[in-house]
Amino acid sequence: MAFLKRSPWILHYDASSCNGCDIEVLACLTPLYDVERFGIINTGNPKHADVLLITGGVNEQNRPVVKNLYEQMPEPKVVIAVGACAATGGIFRECYNIVGGIDKVIPVDVYVPGCAARPEQIIDGVVKALSILEERRERMTGEAQVQEEARHDAAEAGESR
Amino acid sequence: MNGFIGVVLFLILAPVAGGLIAGLDRKLTARMQGRVGPPLLQPFYDVGKLFEKERVVVATAQNFYILAYLAFIVLSGALFFAGGDLLLTVFAFTLAHVFLVLGAYAAHSPYSHIGAERELIQVMTYEPIVILAVVGFYMVTGSFYVADIATTTVPAILYLPGVFLGFAAILTIKLRKSPFDISTSHHAHQEIVKGVTTEFSGSTLGQIEIAHWYENVFLLGLVYLFFAWNPVIGIIAVVVTYVAEVFIDNVTARVRWQAALKSGWLAALLAVANLLILSYMMIGGA
Repeated sequence: MAFLKRSPWILHYDASSCNGCDIEVLACLTPLYDVERFGIINTGNPKHADVLLITGGVNEQNRPVVKNLYEQMPEPKVVIAVGACAATGGIFRECYNIVGGIDKVIPVDVYVPGCAARPEQIIDGVVKALSILEERRERMTGEAQVQEEARHDAAEAGESR
Repeated sequence: MNGFIGVVLFLILAPVAGGLIAGLDRKLTARMQGRVGPPLLQPFYDVGKLFEKERVVVATAQNFYILAYLAFIVLSGALFFAGGDLLLTVFAFTLAHVFLVLGAYAAHSPYSHIGAERELIQVMTYEPIVILAVVGFYMVTGSFYVADIATTTVPAILYLPGVFLGFAAILTIKLRKSPFDISTSHHAHQEIVKGVTTEFSGSTLGQIEIAHWYENVFLLGLVYLFFAWNPVIGIIAVVVTYVAEVFIDNVTARVRWQAALKSGWLAALLAVANLLILSYMMIGGA
């Protein structure tokens, strides 16, 4: 069943963004855009989240934080890099403390361009991410099934011996 | 036999009704905030999704505690709808929340621990009123059995207005609504992360959600008991109470735990005054 696509809970993290993209992300929650229409909830807890939405180019100090947040999220999960800085480091790319895009630290699935990214684009990015999320879920259940069958076969082989 | 049917109906219908109520609640809240809001079946999508997610467990004990939480919530609701002893129902209900707190304490996370402590404060806040409500029902109907209270011809609300007001006040705690939603809330998704549910994910979080649906149906059943002498008025009263709770949720800010505790005990005082007057009237009448 495709419940996942109807209920993506988002974790929003600001990895040294200038706050421009963050304001646009929060604008998505306002009555004008109201992403809760699609069942999207902005959660603050990585353990409840399905989608990691990151803004800004990562700096050396929050690099472990980004990694940690990503690892705490239960599978299946997707990562969306919002804005020019999250994609490449943007205008801060040359700074001594900036690592660059989010993909230098964790794997990114969807890049939303813009400086700052528009709410419509962010919603579009999330919708794109949902199909990737669904693909992952199918692969995950497939793998679980294969494992289960292997265990079943092993148990049967053990019995016949 | 009636009791058995009540239990079966509760077990099957309560999650459906609870989920629909939660969906209506979210829709109504969205309309009050000038938004379109999620589809009516959104709570079912959410729980369905939670059961599709990977199981991430910090301490194995926590899953056991949450299963016990769900089991005891269902047990208390089943006892209630079987027409059983109201005191036993209330004690099973309290025990369920003790399991929720233990589950939150099982994980070594400061957020989870703060949530657990706040949940304990909430239990302290609402417990007196719940017990006083049961006592009030006994004084009015002469029975602790839900079956007797539900079929009484005495309008309990006229004898227990103070108890009902107190109960309505603590209902915001139990429905996890502002201003007293300090341990975990429907709306505050970022405040002290998510309180008592911080360390639960996937199917365990789904179980908490289902327990909450059962719990809400049980609580609305308790509201109904105040108006049980006339079923039509009873159902209208339940609807009005719930809509009022949603309204209060949307127009109030979250208070600090001290204020929550004080308000809860003030409400208990109101209920005590109500019961004292009632017992005085009864002695005078006899």
